[in-house]
Amino acid sequence: MALDNEEVSNIAHLARLRLSEDDNRDVTRRISDILALIDQMQDIDTDQVEPLAHPFDAIQPLRPDQVTETDQRDRLQTLAPAVQDGLFLVPRVIE
Amino acid sequence: MLNKTAAELSAALAAGTVSSEELTSEYLKRISTLNTDLNAFITVTEDRALEQARVADRRRAAGEATPLTGIPLAHKDIFCTRDVLTTCGSKMLGNFTSPYDATVVERFSRAGAVMLGKTNMDEFAMGSSNETSHFGPVRNPWDTARVPGGSSGGSAAAVAADLCAMATGTDTGGSIRQPAAFCGVTGFKPGYGRVSRWGMIAFASSLDQAGPICKSAEDAALMMNVMAGGDPKDSTCLALPEEDFTRPLDESLDGLRIGVPRQHFTEGLTAGVEKNLQDALKVFESLGATLVDIDLPHNHLSVPAYYVVAPAEASANLSRYDGVRYGYRCQDPVDLEDMYKRSRSEGFGEEVKRRIMVGTYALSAGFYDAYYKKAQKIRRLIKQDFDNALQTVDVIIGPTSPHTAFGIGEKNDDPVTMYLEDIYTIAVNLAGLPGISIPAGFSDGLPTGLQIVGGDLAEGRILNVAHQFQRNTDWHTQRPGGLS
Repeated sequence: MALDNEEVSNIAHLARLRLSEDDNRDVTRRISDILALIDQMQDIDTDQVEPLAHPFDAIQPLRPDQVTETDQRDRLQTLAPAVQDGLFLVPRVIE
Repeated sequence: MLNKTAAELSAALAAGTVSSEELTSEYLKRISTLNTDLNAFITVTEDRALEQARVADRRRAAGEATPLTGIPLAHKDIFCTRDVLTTCGSKMLGNFTSPYDATVVERFSRAGAVMLGKTNMDEFAMGSSNETSHFGPVRNPWDTARVPGGSSGGSAAAVAADLCAMATGTDTGGSIRQPAAFCGVTGFKPGYGRVSRWGMIAFASSLDQAGPICKSAEDAALMMNVMAGGDPKDSTCLALPEEDFTRPLDESLDGLRIGVPRQHFTEGLTAGVEKNLQDALKVFESLGATLVDIDLPHNHLSVPAYYVVAPAEASANLSRYDGVRYGYRCQDPVDLEDMYKRSRSEGFGEEVKRRIMVGTYALSAGFYDAYYKKAQKIRRLIKQDFDNALQTVDVIIGPTSPHTAFGIGEKNDDPVTMYLEDIYTIAVNLAGLPGISIPAGFSDGLPTGLQIVGGDLAEGRILNVAHQFQRNTDWHTQRPGGLS
């Protein structure tokens, strides 16, 4: 299935990516090529086949609800682009 | 000395003919000479390596050594290493110093192995040539105008060029096996769930698996003894009883039934790779194995299905890179959305963005059934193909890649051509099975690989088959000339 520029803009927004107009043209063409590859899947009838989400058809195991981690906030926040008083700083969201 | 296998170095360390500190110094020296050209390492941890080596020597003197104590290794830069830069080949994590060790890293540390540094890779492991790395392409030690394969290209090149004794890699669609084939080394992708993924930066969580890249199947077994095993921090990691992967290495191949997939000899397989594979199959026959033609009728759908499943999972996994808690943040964002969008657009490379967008599309409203669900159904058909074949044969052997290493820049213009690189390896990930690539000879001076695939939990059997081949051939001992 081929995509148009507007659909690609919408996907970019959903993925929180910014595309320039030039990028958009290029990305539209390449993603359409990739979708053409993917569309080979439609050649085969899979109505009677159960989806396989995971190699072992596994279900998430549960563990006891116990505290195992210690507080490392200060250490972990040294990695953040901007922090203040133990909080992550982002551009203003609420006026 | 530096071209020895880890098993040979282990014997030399045990005999006292060399110390880990001496070995480590020699590897560091070779890295400083050759890495400028090969670009196999993103980070070299010299001081830490020498310190670990001295600790390893003391441990050995105290009689507390394990087989890999004091052996110098390199970790793919996808594994988090405490207080060391961990970039995943991306500008997004260009300044990320991990606060913790991945389970794989911790296990090697506990065994006393010495970390020399972190190896280059395709960005977020998305690529088959190492050309998508933010830190530049790795060069193939056999011909520096060619790619080493990817995504674990830095690890494969480092092992091939004797910049380390062994290395870790990860494999989502062929990222250990294809670079191993291109660089003439041994690369083993264990079955899904064998090795903890904790601290291994996620690409496609239902496919990603860590494994060894090294100089022999015996070394792969020694590395698996360290890497494999349950981990409470990874709920998909199988808690199986401890297994000694070296134990089955010496078993005879007499009576072994080898499945040879018809589908792997179709157009695209180059004559040089095919000839070496046929010669290798004769070696296996001479060791008592019998060849059986098998069918993997859905193999041609593995690449299409993979390019739904992997990007879909990647689009979810990579949503964590938002410029808030760690990683790259754009300059002067005007609002929150601008910060998300520009941080991600500036921090990710082209291929990563493409895959995020394909995955986002496949998971978006109205398209889920046509793409993601359909791909999961095909995934089951692919697994059933293997299950059916493995009822009549013990292992499956075919080519790892259709051709030898290609030139840098030759294929990075067209993503679809690059995706078809993994035509023989991707189905193995979709089915969650173990597979190894071992050197099978040369074509025009470049190494070719063959792949051995087995059933669930058949890692020991695969290593046994690979080891017996390596006892009767010397392809795995060949090293590129003209480097030093």
